[in-house]
This record gives sequence, structure tokens and C-alpha cells, in this order.
Amino acid sequence: MRALIQYIKDVAQGFYSLSQGLLLTLKYFVRPWKHIVEQYPENRTTTIYIPEKFAGEVVLPHDENNRHKCTACTLCEMACPNGTIKIISATIEGEDGKKKKVLDKWVYNLGMCTMCGQCVDACPQDAITMKNSFELSVYNRNDLIKVLNKPGSKLKEKES
Amino acid sequence: MTLTIQFSDITKWIHETLNASMSPGWALFSEFVLAGVAMILLVVVLAVLFVYMERKVAGFMQLRLGPHRVGPWGTMQVFADVFKLLLKESFAPFTVDKFLFNFAPILVLAVAFMAMAPISFAPGLQLWDMNIGILYVTAVSSIGVIGILMAGWSSNNKYSLLGAMRSGAQIVSYELSAGLSLVAVIAMCGSLSISDIIASQADGWWIFKGHLPIMFAFVVYVIAGTAETNRAPFDLAEAESELTAGYHTEFSGMQFGMFYLTEYINMAVISMVATTVFLGGWLPFHIYGFDAFNNVMNFIPSWIWFFGKTFFIIFLMMWFRWTFPRLRIDQLLKLEWKYLLPLSIINVVIVAFLVVMGWHF
Amino acid sequence: MENLNTELPKEMTEEFVVNIGPQHPSTHGVLRLQATLDGETIKDLLPHLGYIHRGIEKMCESLGYKQFIYLTSRMDYLSAHINNQACSLAIEKGLQVEVPARAKAIRILMAELQRLTSHELWWGSCAMDLGAVTPFFLAFRDRERILEIFEENTGNRLTMNYITPGGVMTDINSDFVTRLKTLLVKIKEHLKEYETLITGNIIFQRRLKGVGVLPKELAISLGCTGPTARASGLSCDVRKYYPYDGYEKLDFKEIVADGCDSWSRYVVRMEEMRQSIHIIEQIIDNIPEGEYRAKLKGIVKLPVGEYYQRVETARGELGVYIVSDGGNKPYRLKLRAPNFSNLGALKPITVGSKIGDLMASMATIDLVIPDIDR
Repeated sequence: MRALIQYIKDVAQGFYSLSQGLLLTLKYFVRPWKHIVEQYPENRTTTIYIPEKFAGEVVLPHDENNRHKCTACTLCEMACPNGTIKIISATIEGEDGKKKKVLDKWVYNLGMCTMCGQCVDACPQDAITMKNSFELSVYNRNDLIKVLNKPGSKLKEKES
Repeated sequence: MTLTIQFSDITKWIHETLNASMSPGWALFSEFVLAGVAMILLVVVLAVLFVYMERKVAGFMQLRLGPHRVGPWGTMQVFADVFKLLLKESFAPFTVDKFLFNFAPILVLAVAFMAMAPISFAPGLQLWDMNIGILYVTAVSSIGVIGILMAGWSSNNKYSLLGAMRSGAQIVSYELSAGLSLVAVIAMCGSLSISDIIASQADGWWIFKGHLPIMFAFVVYVIAGTAETNRAPFDLAEAESELTAGYHTEFSGMQFGMFYLTEYINMAVISMVATTVFLGGWLPFHIYGFDAFNNVMNFIPSWIWFFGKTFFIIFLMMWFRWTFPRLRIDQLLKLEWKYLLPLSIINVVIVAFLVVMGWHF
Repeated sequence: MENLNTELPKEMTEEFVVNIGPQHPSTHGVLRLQATLDGETIKDLLPHLGYIHRGIEKMCESLGYKQFIYLTSRMDYLSAHINNQACSLAIEKGLQVEVPARAKAIRILMAELQRLTSHELWWGSCAMDLGAVTPFFLAFRDRERILEIFEENTGNRLTMNYITPGGVMTDINSDFVTRLKTLLVKIKEHLKEYETLITGNIIFQRRLKGVGVLPKELAISLGCTGPTARASGLSCDVRKYYPYDGYEKLDFKEIVADGCDSWSRYVVRMEEMRQSIHIIEQIIDNIPEGEYRAKLKGIVKLPVGEYYQRVETARGELGVYIVSDGGNKPYRLKLRAPNFSNLGALKPITVGSKIGDLMASMATIDLVIPDIDR
């Protein structure tokens, strides 16, 4: 008899547990405003939330006079685990006649970058940063190889 | 009452005009064709609605929106999918049994259509009011398992075979308790004919009139019906996480579409039978004594009542599907043979006792 | 009549082999299980590895000490922070660097958040392996919020490379604490939903109870660690036995269950989520001020010697063994991955059970395939 009561209790408990689950799904069914989906392609310019620190790509910021801070020291190139960065430097003759190494091309291969941030970490001049850009895919693989310094840009000398 | 169009008038008018213009044999033939086309159209429309409804229900229960890109609120998504399936090649692997492989989806679909024949959608809107309507539905719907076994066997794929065998064991078992729960009502109203069963509920649906035994039978029928249609939590035949897609793993294109369609038609049949037998078919909801309320209920057309109830039961099945985890195969069979079947038999005995003593309404 | 007993037809059964994987919905990766089935019953199970072998150990040996850490996030991608932490700790051991207190606190916060995300994803996928799809979305809802916090503070969502030798890459944001606190309240609420939807569900319990029994002795001899071993009554939490980064100062319980079955593994993980929240709550209000990173040289060179560090990832014990020859790259790096040894338990616990049980066992062992192959 006790076994029978226990059995009935088990069945009732089973049904109760199932009904609890059903109530939960019904709760979400009747409350569509609790839903969490984002309307991604539509909200890409409006409500999309990309945090400030999000690492989308490496950029070499230029100031308003088209000057950057890279001294072509190639520490970032050495810090990169994937060989993403290639610094091509040129030697020019300064105004005072001294030969100087300056940045010619800051070549960045986005296709090989894992956004580990080692280059930003290694840079002694804080010349490069991570930008929170997204939707960077292109149709041609060669388009992923970018030259980050703008044409005609110059080194921003430290104010001393 | 003059406002509502009686479906029997329409059918009578069609019958008379056809007979007036051609010989009785041709008239009968064209009536068959018309009825068939009407049924196919109805079923396809229903299936499209069910697929859309399933996606929306699933989406809303899972904190999503469901389809909402193709057409307004995603209504065209189903049509887009159907056209995609129609345009796809029905690919058959090299080692399949070609005849059975191509025949299985057709058989499954045809059987699902056949089961719709005696169902009464509204007063006068019934293809064939045979005197053994319920028996016919249960008998015909169990042929479908042959198609599933055929699909699993001919695919020459172990996943498919396992899925088909599971499905066979499952459908054959659950048919028993589904049938027995229908027997409970049949014993009470004393007829197998669907129109008689509906007529017997004019003073109250069986689920209310029959008290506890019929309520129990309703619960058992919904569980067994869910299992018969191979839907979660009893979707072992296609068990996505175990057998990838079960018996229709190898099917593609519209052949897959037929299996997909069949699932929804079977659901429709199960819920329509449940509606007819337990929830009073196309009869409106009445509360004894509230005449004003009853008149309002009467004003709603009968076909809306029928499909409303059908959709309610289908919603129940979808609700189950998107809430519960799947059972294991031995648990599934245990549930049937150790719990549902004995309880159904006891239930039938109780009902028989009630009927013999005349204690029912 | 007497012939009846002698000439019974023999049962004709034949075993057949089914390849579950490498592309299968419930292996969650490219694991191939060669299963010998007798009908529904599993007679033999042979895991085939190597479909996602990338040679991470060898790749690490060709990179500098600071550089290879990002690779370890790609092993057990659900415990990326903890993997990074293990490597950083091993390198710090060699360099004898003292990590600032703030960095230690941030590391523990991130590691426990990572454990939370991992267990949440496991909860969803476990339910999905057993046929319930809705829990997956509920789990991802909460996981997404934690990933957002990762994204805000570390820059990446999945493979962060945030914990680095000497501390952490960048400081946490100023609104980190408030955001995390509001999130924890929500997660605690949602954990109750998990309980009502799945834990209490009778079908789910019946699917897991008594399934995939891994006895304690077997767990020890197979080298199982983490929740898988703790569910078999084996107390093996590295955070308790070999505390690192200040776990010794924290108050948390090591969850040990002795049911040995899938259900115990489920319970242990659910309880570990609560413990993780408990740990976070202890630190969140008193993150020490100060430096977040000890200064290291540009190119790190470890003294000649061998260094071993173990941590508790979401799946078990991860060991990092570095042999240094004094150069700027490790001479040899060995990663003792938890999933590899946990996979060993899959065959003994599933042979003799049904296919559905295989999925249940695999789901509760919580395998991450890239960690098995590395």
C-alpha cells in the first residue's frame, strides 16, 4: 500500500515538474518584449552595441596634420605571433644632413591577424591602437592587406 | 441563422448542377476530382499554416522572433522553403533500393491524406460520412508506419534503419493506447460514425460530460498522438542529436518535403480526431443555463470552432515539443506498455461499467 | 508436442558499426566515435582523434613566451581565460615575477566568469543533446551578457589573450563592477529558471540518473579531473589543493558528489556555477587598487629549467609544462589537457547502454574537441 502511495506521489510529482517547465516556456511565449534577439543588419548603424575596447582591426591613428607616431622601430613586427605586420622603412636625409630611418609603409594583413593585441602592447610610442570596427570582410583576399599609414603622412615629432 | 451559409447547400448545389449537365457517372467522377482537389488544397493550406505556426511558437518560446524577413512577419518564409524544396534535385544515393526509396514518401503522404477522408470540418463539410469513421482513421493512419520502415530500409543507411525501427516500435505501441482512449468515448456514445459522435455532444462535449475517465482518455490520447506523429518528446525516429535525421536522413528535395509535410498532416489528423471525439467537433462551446452566452457562441461559424480547437491541440503538441527533452527508446516503450496501456485498459473497463450501469449522460 | 522445446528458431542478430561523427550534431566538434551496435545497444566504442589536430604544442615552441599564449585560448575555447592564466602562471614561475594584487583579483574574476560561461553553454548543449532545444537559447542569453563584459574589458569575446605574464593586458573599465553586479543578480534569477525547466524535469532526470556510471576507482585510473571526476566522489579541485592567484584566500566549496552517474555530473556543474558566483561576489567589492601589470622585458627569457603549473579549467585540470633552455622560446611545451583524459572515460561508461545514453554521457562529460586534439 505504501508503495502504491509512493508510486502515485511520484507520478504526481512528475506531472508537476513537467507543468513547471511548460509554464516557463508559456511565460516567454506570451511575453515577446522579453525577447533578446537583435535585428542585426538593420541596427548596424543605430542601436548596435560595439564596446569601445572591441578589437576589430589594428589602426595607425593620424592627427589633423596627417602625422602619425610610428618611428618604424619594428617592435610590433617582432611581437606579432603570426607575421601579420610588415614595416617597410625608408632612409631619408633630414634637414640637418643626418640620415634618418622613417616609416615608408605600415603593411597590415588583416586576414592573418588574431587580434591578440601583442603589437599594441609592444609599441613604445603608442602609435597603433585597436579600433572597434566590424564588418571587415571583403571579396578579394588581397584587399585584406592594408597599408595603414596614409600617403604623405609624417612622423609626429615629440614636443620637447 | 439565415446569415450563415450552410456547407450542405453548397455541396447540394454542386451536385445538382453537375448532374444536370452530364451523365451521372461523369458527375460522380467530377465530384471525386473536386473533392480530392479541395482536400489537397485544404491540407496544403493547413500544413503551411502549421509550419509557420510551429516556427513562430518555437521562436517565441525561445526568446526569438521566428521567421520575420521574408514577407510581412515572415509569412512568405514557408512558401520560400517549399519552392526551394521543389526546385532541388531529389537526390538518391547510389546504393539505395530505388523503387522503395522513391515510393516511401509518396505512400506516407498518401496515407496521411487518406486519413482525412471521414473528418467532418463543419456541418455538411465532410468527404465521406462512413459508419466506421473513427475505426477507419485509426486503421489508415497506422499504414503510415510501413512507409517509414520502407524509407529507413531502402535508404541503406544505418541511421535511417535505426530511426525507422524505432519509429515502427513506437507507432505500433502507441496506437494501442490511442485506440483504447478513443474506445472510451465510442463506448459512451455508441457509434463509430463521426457525425454521430459529434451529434452526441450537442448537449456537452465528451471531455466535460464523460467526467474523469474521458478526461483521462483525452490526456492519454494527446500523449499517444504526439508519440504517433513522431514529435518531441517522442521524436526518437528522427532524434536529431542521436540519429542526425532518422529515417529521412538520405532524402532530399521534395521527397524530404513530403516527409516534412506528412508530419504536419499527421498532426492535423490527430488533433482533428481529438477535436471531434473529445471537444465536440464543430459544435460551439455552451454553458448550461447561460443563454445569452450560448447565443454569442452560436454566432461564431462552426468551421472556426473546429479549426480553433484543432489549432489549440496542435499548439499543445508544439508546446510539448519546445519544452521537453527526449525520452530514451526503452523509456518510451516502458511508458506505453507499463503505464499508458494498462491504465487505458482499466479506463476502458471503468467506462464500460459506467455505460452498462447507465451512469453516463 | 515434445518437439516444441528443441527446435526453437535461433535469434538472428548481427552487430553493425556506426560512425558517430566526425560530423554529427551531438559530438560538438569533429570527434569520430566508431560505435559497434547490437540494435540499440552499444557493444564497443572507439574514439578516433586527430580531426582538429593543429599542433599547438609545436607551434608554441616556435614562438616567444609572450607570443604563444594566444594559441592556448584555441585549445579549450570555452576556458580561454583559464588557459591563458595557466601559461602566464608557468612563465611567471620561471621569471620569479610577483603579480600585482589587482591583477590577481582581475584574473580570478575573469576565470570564474569564464567558468560560468562554460558551464552555461554546457547546460544548454546538454539539454539540447537530450532533445530539448529551448534551454539552449536560455543559456545563450546569459552567456551573451557575460561575453559582452569580456568584450568591453578585454576586446574580444571568445579568444581573449587577456591574461598575460605579469598580470593582465589592460585595466578593467570603470563600470565593470556595477555592470557585473547587475548581471549577477540576473544570472542568479535565471539559474532558478534553469532548475524549473530542466533540473526538475522528470524526463531529464530519468534520462540521466543511473546512466554512464563512472566508479571512483575508474575515474582515478583514467586520470579524469574536473567535474567529471568530482561527480565520482574524487576530490580533485586544483583551486583547493594547489591554489594559485589567491584562491587560497577565498571561501568556496569544492563540489563533490558520489552518485558517479550522469546526474551527479549535472548536479556538480550546476552547483559549481553557484560557487563561481559566490567567488565573484567575494572579490567584486574589494578589487585592490594599484598596478594591473608587472613590468616585463620586451623579450622574455626563462632561466634554464622545467616549470609546471596546473589550473582548474571548467572541465578539469590543465597542466602546462615548460622546459626552457634559456632561450627566448620554450624548448618544449607540454599541455596536459583535461578533455583528453576525460574522453577515456567515455567507452567504459557507455558500453552496454543505449545510443541515447551515449549522448547523455557525452553531454555530461562535456567534451570540447579542440582540447582533445590540440
